[in-house]
Amino acid sequence: MTAIGTRKLRKEDPKLLTGESKYVDDIHVPGELWMGMVRSTMAHARVTGIDTSAAAAMDGVHSVYTGAELNGMGLWAAPLPCAWPVTPDMVNPPHYPVADGEVHHVGEIIAVVLADSRYGAADAAEQVVVDYEPLPVVSSIAEARDGDVTAHSDLDSNKAYHWPLVPDPEALDAAFASAVHTVKADFVQQRLIPAAMEPRGVLAVPSPHGGDVTLYSATQVPHILKVMLAATTGIPEMKLRVVAPAVGGGFGAKLNVNPDEILAVTLANRLGRAVRWTETRSEAAFSTHQGRGQLQTIEVAADENGKIKGVRVHIDADMGAYMMLITPGVPLLGSFLYTGVYEVPAFGFTCDGYFTNLTPTDAYRGAGRPEASFAIERAMDLLAAEVGVGPDEIRRRNYLNGGEKFENLTTASTLVFDSGHYGPSLDAALEMAGYGDLRAEQQRRRDAGESKQLGIGLCTYVEICGLAPSRALGGLNFGAGGWEHATVRFLPTGMVEVVSGSTPHGQGHETTWSQIVADKLGVDPDHVTVLHSDTAISPLGLDTYGSRSLAVGGVAIAMACDKVVEKARLIAAHQLEANPDDLEFADGTFSVKGSPDKVMPIQGVAFGAFTAHNLPDGMEPNLQEQVSFDPPNFAFPFGTHVCVVEVDEDTGGVELIDYVAVDDCGNQVNPLIVEGQVHGGIVQGVAQALWEGADYDHDGNCRNPSLLDYLVPSAAEVPSIKLGTTVTPSTSNPLGVKGVGEAGTIGSAAAVINAICDALSPHGIKDMEMPATPARVWKAIQTAKGGQS
Amino acid sequence: MCKALLVASGDHIGVGSVSLLVASNSPRCRALGSDLVRASYQHKTASTEGGHMQVEMTVNGQAMSADVEPRTLLVHYLRDHLGLTGTNVGCDTSSCGACTIHINGESVKSCTMLAVQARGAEVTTIEGMASNGELHPMQQAFMECHGLQCGYCTPGMVMAATSFLEENPKPSEAEVREGLEGNLCRCTGYHNIVKAVLSASGQGGGA
Repeated sequence: MTAIGTRKLRKEDPKLLTGESKYVDDIHVPGELWMGMVRSTMAHARVTGIDTSAAAAMDGVHSVYTGAELNGMGLWAAPLPCAWPVTPDMVNPPHYPVADGEVHHVGEIIAVVLADSRYGAADAAEQVVVDYEPLPVVSSIAEARDGDVTAHSDLDSNKAYHWPLVPDPEALDAAFASAVHTVKADFVQQRLIPAAMEPRGVLAVPSPHGGDVTLYSATQVPHILKVMLAATTGIPEMKLRVVAPAVGGGFGAKLNVNPDEILAVTLANRLGRAVRWTETRSEAAFSTHQGRGQLQTIEVAADENGKIKGVRVHIDADMGAYMMLITPGVPLLGSFLYTGVYEVPAFGFTCDGYFTNLTPTDAYRGAGRPEASFAIERAMDLLAAEVGVGPDEIRRRNYLNGGEKFENLTTASTLVFDSGHYGPSLDAALEMAGYGDLRAEQQRRRDAGESKQLGIGLCTYVEICGLAPSRALGGLNFGAGGWEHATVRFLPTGMVEVVSGSTPHGQGHETTWSQIVADKLGVDPDHVTVLHSDTAISPLGLDTYGSRSLAVGGVAIAMACDKVVEKARLIAAHQLEANPDDLEFADGTFSVKGSPDKVMPIQGVAFGAFTAHNLPDGMEPNLQEQVSFDPPNFAFPFGTHVCVVEVDEDTGGVELIDYVAVDDCGNQVNPLIVEGQVHGGIVQGVAQALWEGADYDHDGNCRNPSLLDYLVPSAAEVPSIKLGTTVTPSTSNPLGVKGVGEAGTIGSAAAVINAICDALSPHGIKDMEMPATPARVWKAIQTAKGGQS
Repeated sequence: MCKALLVASGDHIGVGSVSLLVASNSPRCRALGSDLVRASYQHKTASTEGGHMQVEMTVNGQAMSADVEPRTLLVHYLRDHLGLTGTNVGCDTSSCGACTIHINGESVKSCTMLAVQARGAEVTTIEGMASNGELHPMQQAFMECHGLQCGYCTPGMVMAATSFLEENPKPSEAEVREGLEGNLCRCTGYHNIVKAVLSASGQGGGA
């Protein structure tokens, strides 16, 4: 059987294509109450009065609760959780679902209304009158770092933590002291609004007499959420069930424990009525965390040939107003990757986290790694210019192991890269892009003085995924493990049921897992069903983030299949009256070596295990096995992206002309799905480079919260993407697989900005802040021209 | 291409945080906002005091009726009152196109209309596209080209693409991209969506 590696069409699609799939907002129960949030209109203020009387008097309004009232109801057992206290002395201000007293960002919940309709809840929320006493606002990382104002009145400083990773300070200093070339650059990683197409939403359904609550939530992390709900609400964990129904994209934004989830569960439990809420898109800029938000400084030291001697990095990271689930750890996820795909003898990284009066930040596609990749790949282009060689050449001179294949290689940032082979990736990408011809065309346009100049940008990225070895997470003080759980069982009729602890929201797990099972058990992939995303059905799991599903969860399924085959082998041997060691298993059938007539299909074994009429002495009935797989190492996908842009020097407009990506995610189970992940990832990274960015004024107001103003690209803005692939199997798991969900995003922003800077290099322009809007590009050109004249 | 169907919201039609901002179905207004000023004031009379009204229309070939507030958006009429939840809501500014349906054969973002404006209309939603257990050719093309991942934008994308091909049966790739500009997808990078629409037009193969 060879289901693995085929472009199998997705099992998920017919339901999604016909509207049959149910997202949270599609699910209704009798008697449900709609929650409406009264949100702060000020970024930092003391709430001096809340008048709920008009709202409470409206028809269809069930109740209105202020923060003080909710706090007095004893609904919370603990504040919202931060699962990643990165240092022992990290500052973590208490964060409850509804503010009581001081508010710390626009959109923080001040009061909650419950009404009998969607519109009624929104109407009532608008009728709540709030009085504020404004407080000074911290509206940026620089203000948080340099100013006198604190984002929380009761804190002396905005600094939340200082986290260093400097394995050998003396070696680092020596590297810079002896360098012939050094480059230093500052980059801004602007805040991004994740904007999964499905807004977040919740529906909590209580059982007034049973005392249990089921929460339907548009979440990536039903298992983690269940544990955290128990911790924050005090409701015993066995009384809680979390279901992630169809989930319309996540990208990290649905990887959290949010006020609305806790409110829905506690109020439903208290009132004995279902409580629901769905964020509006414009509300999502305040009710769902944002991504990125970093100021980066990177320095690279090199010898006369451009060989790197050391890399030194400092980051100031914007936590926003509060620590959410993994807010402080996001920059750390990137910390190890500022050495990129290069031989870096000495390395140092420090990060300071700061509070601001802005929406909290947390994971967004790539979470720390796109930032790292951007910084080192931008710096490599600067180094190339400094040394006087091309961007391809500077990379080749520095690739780990000279660009040749390696396995289990220890880097200066203390990681062990599972496998890599960087040279062929660059070769393939340059050939696909027609690099030589592009350079010739670029020169022609420059010589002709054309207004539309060509830019070619490279990025050779590596990322860290397959999160994660539990011990490694423990070493980083992360509050959970990184294993994943799987159960594989034969049903009496010979069909296979898989229970997966990883939770899809568009990645096609049902299809991919079926392919793995098909090959392992020798069954038709369409005879496999995959259950997931409901803690009552799949009680053990650590969910989906950090490109971990296949490299951890998929491997767990493969291992569970192996155990199923081993048990089946014992049953088959018993029933065929043969020695288990004499049995061969191929294409779903056991056969006795040398006796071709003695065969038993695994479905027959499964039925025998179900009837249990004739099992070996002491063997349990049924053919079912489970595995919790804890990976021994991360996985490190890599690849080369080439971006070609046309920059209109008259308007500052940047158009994507071509995009080539050669990605290596190890062995591929379903190349169709891999390609889809890469396509989408690339466009999200390109969008950071060219269009997106949460824009805040000095009062802490987000000026572009809606999709009218926040420019998620459409089909018209992006080109088709040319994909290539290389395959370097991972050594971190028996399937040899890596992850691919975030790779596209990690490789693309740097490629785009490198291309723009390449186009504008004749003007002496070395940097371009993201997003590279026409106004920004035009201004840079004008400034440069003015400087020359 | 989606036809613009412009509805103004008087100040009183807004429904709180489910605010009814006005936008045309013209995709460009998403970035430029220029079409907003052209919004025609077809309905400015609905109010929250107006009680309920019976709204009837034909949906997927069946006569449907529901008693709703006059301010009820068509998309909420379909979803919350008729239980046709295949049509999704992805924004509150008529920018994303997730709610695209067909009204009298033309694609419309169903969040740009009040339900009362569709009285007596022939409405087709995503639930009405497959027939006799067979996917519509556009749905089939999306499946074969892996033109969907999370599936949330997909119903609107399929409705918009179907309508687009009726207007332009043999589009170029660039025309497909322009034609779908009013529908946002966050998963696919559009690559395979464009491929699917070209495939459904008889140009190019599947994945």
